[in-house]
Formats: sequence, C-alpha cells, structure tokens
Amino acid sequence: MVSGLINANPVIYEKKERRARTAPSAPHDEKVDNCNTNIFLTFSNHIRDIKDPEHPYSLEELKVITEEAVEVDDQRNYVRVTFTPTVEHCSMATIIGLCLRVKLMRSLPLRYKVDIRVAPGSHATEAAVNKQLNDKERVAAALENPNLLDMVDECLAPSYD
Amino acid sequence: MAEATQLTRHIESYVDSSSSLTHQAATLNAIAALVKTDALPLQALVRELDMYLTTTDNVIRARGILLLAEVITRIESKPLDSAIIHSLVGFFKDRLVNWRAVRGALVGCLALIRRKSVVGMVTGSDATAIAQSFLQYMQVQSLGQYDRKLCFELLDCLLERYSDVVTTLGEDLIYGICEAIDAEKDPECLMLAFHIVESLAQLYPDSSGLLASFAKDVFDILEPYFPIHFTHPSSGDTPVQRDDLSKSLMSAFSSTPLFEPFVIPLLLEKLSSSLHSAKIDSLKYLRVCSSKYGAEKIAKYARAIWSSVKDTLSTYLGEPKFSFTIAPVDGIGFPENEIGIEALSLLQQLIVQNSKKKKLHAIGRILYITAKSTISSCNAVFENLFSRMMDDLGFSVSNADSFSNGDIFTSQRVKFGFLYLCIELLAGCKELIVGSDKPALQYVFEHETCCIMLHRFSTQLLNAFGSVLAVSAERCPLDPDIYIGVKGLQILATFQSDVFPIQKSIFENILNKIMSIIMEDFEKTILWESALKALCHVGSFVQMFHESEKAMSYRSLVVEKIVELLSLDDITLPFSLKVEALSNVGMTGRKNMLTILQGLGTAVLANLSKVHRNVRSSETAVQLLECYSCKLLPWIHENGGTEDFAVQFALDIWSQAGNCMDFSAPFVEKGLLDAIMKAMKLSVGSCVVESQNLIIQNAYSILSSHTNFQLKEVETLPLTPGKYDISLRDEGIISLFASVVVAVHPKTHIPDIRVLMHLFIITLLRGVVPVAQALGSILNKLVSTSNSAENSGDLTLEEALDVIFNTKICFSSTDMLQRCNGTSNGNEMVLTDICLGIANDRLLQINAICGLSWIGKGLLLRGHEKIKDITKIFMECLISGTKSALPLIKDSLENTEEQIQDPLVMKCAADAFHVLMSDSEVCLNRKFHATIRPLYKQRFFSSVMPIILQLITKSYSSLSRSFLYRAFAHIMSDTSMVAILSEAKKLIPVLLDCLSMLTEDIQDKDMLYGLLLVLSGMLTEKNGQEAVIENAHIIINCLIKLVDYPHKMLVRETAIQCLVALSELPHARIYPMRTQVLRAISTCLDDTKRAVRYEAVKCRQTWWVHNFFFIECVQFYLVQLLLYLPIFTFLLDLLIGRQCHPEVFISEVQYQLP
Repeated sequence: MVSGLINANPVIYEKKERRARTAPSAPHDEKVDNCNTNIFLTFSNHIRDIKDPEHPYSLEELKVITEEAVEVDDQRNYVRVTFTPTVEHCSMATIIGLCLRVKLMRSLPLRYKVDIRVAPGSHATEAAVNKQLNDKERVAAALENPNLLDMVDECLAPSYD
Repeated sequence: MAEATQLTRHIESYVDSSSSLTHQAATLNAIAALVKTDALPLQALVRELDMYLTTTDNVIRARGILLLAEVITRIESKPLDSAIIHSLVGFFKDRLVNWRAVRGALVGCLALIRRKSVVGMVTGSDATAIAQSFLQYMQVQSLGQYDRKLCFELLDCLLERYSDVVTTLGEDLIYGICEAIDAEKDPECLMLAFHIVESLAQLYPDSSGLLASFAKDVFDILEPYFPIHFTHPSSGDTPVQRDDLSKSLMSAFSSTPLFEPFVIPLLLEKLSSSLHSAKIDSLKYLRVCSSKYGAEKIAKYARAIWSSVKDTLSTYLGEPKFSFTIAPVDGIGFPENEIGIEALSLLQQLIVQNSKKKKLHAIGRILYITAKSTISSCNAVFENLFSRMMDDLGFSVSNADSFSNGDIFTSQRVKFGFLYLCIELLAGCKELIVGSDKPALQYVFEHETCCIMLHRFSTQLLNAFGSVLAVSAERCPLDPDIYIGVKGLQILATFQSDVFPIQKSIFENILNKIMSIIMEDFEKTILWESALKALCHVGSFVQMFHESEKAMSYRSLVVEKIVELLSLDDITLPFSLKVEALSNVGMTGRKNMLTILQGLGTAVLANLSKVHRNVRSSETAVQLLECYSCKLLPWIHENGGTEDFAVQFALDIWSQAGNCMDFSAPFVEKGLLDAIMKAMKLSVGSCVVESQNLIIQNAYSILSSHTNFQLKEVETLPLTPGKYDISLRDEGIISLFASVVVAVHPKTHIPDIRVLMHLFIITLLRGVVPVAQALGSILNKLVSTSNSAENSGDLTLEEALDVIFNTKICFSSTDMLQRCNGTSNGNEMVLTDICLGIANDRLLQINAICGLSWIGKGLLLRGHEKIKDITKIFMECLISGTKSALPLIKDSLENTEEQIQDPLVMKCAADAFHVLMSDSEVCLNRKFHATIRPLYKQRFFSSVMPIILQLITKSYSSLSRSFLYRAFAHIMSDTSMVAILSEAKKLIPVLLDCLSMLTEDIQDKDMLYGLLLVLSGMLTEKNGQEAVIENAHIIINCLIKLVDYPHKMLVRETAIQCLVALSELPHARIYPMRTQVLRAISTCLDDTKRAVRYEAVKCRQTWWVHNFFFIECVQFYLVQLLLYLPIFTFLLDLLIGRQCHPEVFISEVQYQLP
C-alpha cells in the first residue's frame, strides 16, 4: 500500500446546476422522447455522480469529466468519453476509466460502442491506459477481481441514489 | 558540600507540608536560582531528589514531584539537552497515572510542553506520548478546580503547539476532550474548554472528516452553556466575566460549519426566550455564525431568521421610551436599544451577504416594519422618506394638484425601486391602521401626518401604479412591473374607510382600472390573473370590514359588470375567462355570490331556450353549468349560503324542460344533457328534504303531463317494452328525472314510486343507463320492512325487490315467437331471465345486465343479501356454455345449457363487476346520501373471490375463462390491499395468468395497469412476502413479458419497479432468474420513454450487484478449497468460467490495488 494519497489536495469545482427532469407531461402519451437526451441523461444522471476513488467528491466536482467531454453519435451508436485525471501520474486513471466503462455498460443499451480515453496530454502513460481501458478481455478480467469490483461498486454507489 | 547541605535543607523545607506558603515559595526560588545559574545541574538536583521522588509516602512523593515540576517551570528559558527533556517527559507522563501526585505531573508536563524551540522543546513523539497517557489515565472531572484548570491548560497547549501530531490520535482525542469538558462548571476552566473546542474544530476542518461524525456529540456538550448566565452574582473579584465567557463560547460555536445544523435552530429557539441576555446573545451569535459559516449554509434559514428578527424588531422598536431619529434610506438611525441594534447588525450582515435585489427587498421590509410598529414611527417615515420618494418620482408637494391626470408617466419609466419601497411603506401603514382597532384611535388617525400625506398623494400614487401597468401594456409586460402596479392598486383600495377615508372617486377609479384590464388585457395571462386576484382581494376586504359605501361601488362596478359580460356577445374576452372571473368574484362574499348566481341562472336559461337555434349557446350553457356545479355550488355549501337559489334553479330547469314541446328532436344534445344532469344532481343533493320534495313533485308533474309515458297505465297493464318507443326527448326528460331520484335523501318522498319503478324497468331495457342508476339508488335508500312499521304507505325495500325481480315483462307474441325457441311461458319473463338470455335478444340482454349491475351496486352498498343472487346471475352469464357449476340456477337453465353465450354479453357481465366495485362519481356516493356499509368491498371480495377462483379452475372453454379473468381483475383492482394480502398465496398465480391475458388486447391497458399496481403492492408489503417468495419464478417470468408492453408507459415502468422490488428477495430464490432479467432489462435501456430508461438503469444495477455478490461467494469458497487442493485449480477455474489466458492474468495484475 502506498502510504499517502496520490493527489492529496485536489481542486474542487462547483457542481453544475442540474437541469430539472421535466415531469412526464402526459404519461399516457406514447410519444418518443428525444433519443439524444438519452445520452444527456446518462451524463447528467449517472456519470457525473461517480465518486472519485480516493476523495469523497464526485468526478464532476474534480472536473475529471465534463459535459462537453461526452460525445454521442446516436445514429452510429457510438459514445466516446474523454476524462482528465487530476494529476499526470495518477495511478487511479485506470480505476476511474473502469468505473466509467462499467457504469456505461450497465446503463446504456447494448447497441452502443463505448470508447473511453484519457484526455490527450493529461496523463504520463496515456497510450497504455487507453489500451487497457478499451481491451474487452482485460476489462472482463478486471471485473472478476473481487477487490477491484468492490472498489468500482463503491465508486458507483452514489450515482444510483 | 556546603551547597549540598543547603540544598537538602531547601528541599526538606519545601517538602514539609507544614511550612508556610511564603517560605515554600522562597525555597523554591532559591533552588531554581541555583539551577538557573548552573550552580546546580539539573541532573544533580534529580539525584538529590531521588528519595523524595520514589518514596512510598504519598504526601512526600507528591511534594517532591511538585518541587521538580515547579523548578522546571521556573527555568523555562534555560536551554536543556534533548535527552534530558526526553527522560523528564517519560518521568512526568508516567506520574499521570498516580492521582496522588497528579498535580506535580501536570505542572511538569505543562512546563515541558510550553518550552520554546530555542531552549530545547519536546519532540513530536514525546508530545503524543503525553497526550496518550493523559487521555488514558486522567479523569478530569474527578479532580479539584485547580487541577482541572491545569488539565485544560495542558490540553489546550497540546492542541495549540502540537496540532499536527495530536491529530493522529483521532477518535480518542475527541472522546477524551468530550469526557473532560462534560459538565464543567468553573468559569475559568470553561474559558479554556471552549478554546479547546475551537482548536479542535480547526484540527479537523474537513466536512466529511472525523469531527463531522462527532459534531453532534461535541455540540451536545456545548449546548447547555448557551446562553451564558451566572446564577450567583459575580462579586467582582472573579477573574472571568460573563461577557468574556460568552465571547469564548461564541467562537467555539462559530468555529466550524459542521455545527451549523445544531447551532442555528438552537439560536433561533433562544431568540424567543424571555431572558433578555439570551436574546442579545442569540442575535450576536447568529451574526457571527452567519459570517463564519458563509451565505450558502445560512440561506436555508433565511426565512426563519428573518421572521424572528422581524418579531424582535417590532417588539423592541415599539417601546415607549424609544425616540426615533430618521435618516435617508441608506442610513436609518435606530434607537439606543441593545436588542434592536443587535438585530439590525445581524440584518446588515445578512444583507451584505446577499445580492443587490435582495438589498432592496430588505430595505423595503425594514420600512414596512417601521411603518407598522407605531403611529409616531409611521409618521416619521412618511414625513422624511415619503416626500423624498415622491420628489424622486416626479411629483412634489407643490405641484401635487397640477398633475392629477397622470400623463407625465407615460413618457418616462417610473422608477421601479421607489415604487417598490412605496408599496412596502403603504403596506406597513395599512397594517398599522388595521391593527389598531380601538375606536379611540380612529379620530387620531385622520390628523396624523402619514394620513395627511397619503391623502395628498393618493391620486398621484394611483396614477403611478396605473401607469406602470399602462406602460407595460404596450410591450410585453415584465413580471415585477405587474406585481408593483397591481399590488399598489390593491393596497390603495383596501385602506379601511372608517379610519382612513380614501375618496370614493379614487376607489372607483381603481376598480375601473382593474376592470379594464380584466376586459381588455386577457392575452397577457400573468397580468390578467394578478388583476383578477387583486379584484377578489379587494372584494373580500370590502365584505369583511362591512364597508357599505365601497361595497355599493364594488357591486355596481364589478359584480354587475361581470354579470353583464355574460350576456354580451360582442366582447372579445373568451368565454372561459369570463366564467373564471365570474366564479372568482362571486366567491368574495355571500351577497356578491347571490348576484352572480342570479346572473348565471338567467344566462343558463336564456341559452337553453335557444339551444336549437344557436349551436354556440349550447357550449356556453355547458361551461356555465360546469362552473356552477364545480365551483359555485361547493362554495355556497362551504360558506353556509342558503339553498334557495339551488331549489329555484332546479325548478327553473324543470319548467324549461316542460316548455320544450318539440317531440321529435332531442330535448338537448348529449353533452349538455350530461351537464344539466350533473348540475341537477348536485343542486338536489345539497337541499334539505322539504325542498327535495318540492322539486321531485314538480319534476313528477312534468314527467307525467309533458311526456308520452302513460303513467296511469303502466301499473295496470303488463310491462311490454316493445309498446313504448321512447322518443329522444322523453329519454332526456326521464334521464333528468332519474338524476333527481339519484340525489334525493332517503327520507324524501318519491311520488308514485311503484309506477316509476315499472317505468324505469322498461326504459332500462331500452338502454337508458341513468334510469338504472336511479333504480339502484332507490333500492339503496328504501327502508326495509322491519323498521318501517309507522309509515305503511311507503314502499318498503322488500316490496321494491319484489317489483324488480318478479314483475313479468311481456313481449308481443309476434316478436317472441320468432326468437324464443319454444319455451312454455315464452312471452312472459322477469328481469333476471332476460339477463340470462332467455329472450334470445342480445341487445336486450346487455341492457338488462347493465341495469342489473347498478341495481346490484345499490344493494351491495347497503350490504343486502340479494346481492348474492345477482352475482350468481352474472357468473352464470360468464360460465354458460360450459357445465353449470352453480346448483341454484342449474334447473332454470336446463334449456340453454348447450347454447354458448355471446362474447359481448359475457364482457358486459364481467364489466358489471367493475360497476359493483368501483367508486362512482355519478351516483350512490356520500354526496348523494347513499347508505354505505363499512368494509362492503372486503365483504364482497371474500364472498365472491373463492367462487371465481373455483370457476376459473373448472372452466374448460378459453373464452369463458378469459372473461372470468376479467371479472377477477375488476374485483382485485378495487379491493383494499389488506384483504388481498391475506389471500395472496392463492391469488398470485391467477393474477399472473390474468396479467398475461390482459396484454392481448390494447383496450385493456388501463385494467392491466390497475392489476399490476395490485401486484406491486403485494411485492412491497411485508405480509405478502411469503407468497411472493413461493411464486418468485412465475412472477419474474410474467414481469419480464410486461417490461416491453408497447401500449402504456406506466405499465412498463411499474413492471421494472416490481423487478427492483423482487431483487430484495432471498438470494437462492432469484439467482437462477438473474440472466433472464438482465437480458430483458437491457432492451428497456433503449426504451422510447425516459422514465422507463431511468428505471431500467436502476433495475439493472440492483441485479448486477446481486450477480457479482454471488460470484464473490462462490469464489470465496473456491479459494478456500484451492488452499488445500492446488491440484484442482485448473478444473475449478474452468468451473467458474474463467479462461486461463496468460495475458488476462497479466492485465489483472495491473489492475491490482496499489
């Protein structure tokens, strides 16, 4: 175990105001909700609330992810999330990436291909991290590690409240 | 050697407790001087003291240790070796254990801790050791006052100087401190204790840190000290004053925002305490705390703080000795009153923290308070501020009369802020006047400055407010402008005239102004609505204070004008808005309501009379009637108005119905007829018995004289439905009559009831539903034979039942011969026979079943036995085509046994259960005086459900089973959960079958949803759990089919929520279903509705967690196994599906925790 925290004093940013979920205007109305809002919803309701592995703050508060960093192409079923670790050598980057992937895996329809990457220039071993995060087998293997899975579930827990 | 002997003597004399204090001090100083000048090294002293420090005599040992400690205190500026310090620390900290020598140990520790770094200080680890030993052994509260003080000093010092190392002690430290402070009473010690808490808060500033979890405990200890109050008057020689202590406590309170949830409510509570000092303290503390905690945290208390400060201000500013020196807006001088000052400085603090807009608001509120507190303050404000504001607004005292037309405002934008302040000021002044109800004061007011000034400027103000609205009427009006304009007008209009007479012309001008908005500006919704609200406010004010003159103006200018609007077609104001204005204005007072009702009545009748010529008037009448039955009638009922109008209205409608002599056309069209019936029912329902008698007599005479029904013949001749071809007009009139019958009181006498019942039975077979409701209502309200001995003239319940169930209905033989397949008594049968389809006429049968269901409802509500027979008839309809399971009707059905019922008839019979069980709005409810037996639904449920279940299992034809399910669904959806839960085990399988049956037809979606709600209720109730666990598999299978039900979003959402609830069940039961659920839910992630997607994500998460939790358990046991059986590693890995790729393992290592 490393004794100290990797980033002991992170900068905390303000949370963005939540767009209030418009009350379902007419529940009997089978109109199709705009599909792009699907992803917006994913971001606003799910990703932003993921807890940082080492601090009691959400990823949004640490500006690890922002709303702009989520790119969605609904026609081509493609989602790309770019996140920015707080420090360059952050060894938590893989964990954060894993949390994002698991979260999206559980909340998005299967048709989406999810691409998760570290923002260019924000991490020392950018290529390695990106490779690791987008390797299906490695992710699957990681999720079979009970310790890791505990950690991921802990980070995801607040976003389901 | 001489020195040594001298030293011994010194020591001896100090240790000897009998020597005097001064002597002791002198010897101590002598020894210290020796050590300080290096004449005696410290080591030598310790060696010399050896015996005293270790002797078993407690007194001497204590003195010895104290001597050493005091010497060290005195040589604090002498540099010492770190090794010496270390050993001294070791010595003293160990002595803390021994309570007899505790003072020396404390003094020694304190002296060491206080050493500065230049002369050699205690190391961090030593400090920790002292702290640990202190926390472990010291029982602070069992010591004497001086020792306690030492303890607190030591703690304080530790926190101050070694904050970084003591932080690591964590919980122990906080516990220790709490224990030490708890119940401390000495002021000096408390000063230190409060300071310790403050330092502690700085140690753990983190909002989710260690202190956060103890904040409540720490604060619980501090709380009793507030407000600081000395029970014994201080004689002056105590070193600590009350104020110092209070300040110290204040800094402890405000030390960390973590205390915020406890502090603020406490302070607010104490603000209302009767203790003077408590009030002042609370205000002070509030101010400091709000500045320390920050605006964000305080924001949520703003309202509470404001209201208590307001109370304080108005109480204490109104004291008689208070002399008011007024100043401009930005610097209002307040009297030398401590509470007032504190309250204001708190306000100032709050205001500074807020934005500019709120500043304006705050000033407005202060003006309001000042104006409303006393006459003199009100006068002062008016004298100084009001005229200034008027100047700024552009009218001064000198030209007050020249600008009375108000034109000057149209060009320039009236200053918002000033008008806002004006309003607040006026509102305060009004409150003042309203509040002083002593008649003696009334005379005074008229000659007060404020009133004089108000008089002088009232025209200008009116113009100003009016122009705000006028200016904004050209553009899109801004909300604040509307607020100011309307509110200003409203306030001006609501000054009490006997205290402060406002000119009649001004009042009328105001009303005209608002009315013009009502009539013209209906497109600007906000403006229109606020104007209407103001109008109503003025109206109810006028009523409340009995202002006869104003009431006259109001009635002529507002009420009558609005009534007039109803008849004017040329005005562009939409009719729905007219009706809204009408109802709102009517609700301002009883007299106004009467005028309005009169107007409404005339309008309705006028429209009714030209229904046939004018299509629009029918719509108008519907709107008016809706307004009458939904808004006005309930208001009259609530406010105790007379029922005269309701009676008159009902009679008028009846005479209108009688006048309509056109037999071929319907009396009125369907929508209007429904509206009239509703209004009629509600009117009749709200009357007393005598009025109801009057109405029903009147109605009966019209029914008998103006229709084609030959009432006299009905009873004598056999009933033959074919004979009466009911005209549409007659149908309308009999429906209207039925609606009267539905609403009457049980005691009301219905004329010729037997004839009417016959008539109703015939019309019922024609498919007139209201008539069936009336029959049900009659049966529900009639008295039964046993308790109606005194009134033999009336029909009893038993007789009525006899009429309904035993009256033979004849069919003209030509008709019957063709249809009836040769039954012996083919052309005479009773109602129940028709229900069973003996007449062989489908339409007739459906009408009969529908009618019977309402009759049954009437009986069910009063809990009559006959309902059982009726239920059996419905069931017979449902199951016919299969072998009859009911012995009772078996023989009567022999001839129809082979014949299969029409599906429509069966559906009607199934839906009859809906009529029986659901709460009806149109009849048989409390409003219409129905007799309702408590828990009738449960009773019906428990008697019918076993039969239905039995029939379902026995029924072989899928058709009849599906209709049995339908009936089942109706009964389930309307029964209370308690009854269902007790039978849950038997019901769940049927319920699930029923759910999957209902998915087949799109029209059943509402029924499906209702039933699903029942299921979800069972899942969430604790009592239902057992049955649910047993059937978990089939429930999940059923729900999985429902999660993509395309026709109703609520069904999908509820199904997914049910799945979430199911994930709480014991693991072993649901684990096998996991994959299936996850697969089904994953399609829902792509649902078209957002709410469904959201629920799907939640559901998936809960099921995933289960999934992994299970694998974890498996893995745990496997790992245990692996330890003993390494050989099987490979096999077991295969077992849990993990493939042994070398790559995978490498990456897994990378993912290992740091």
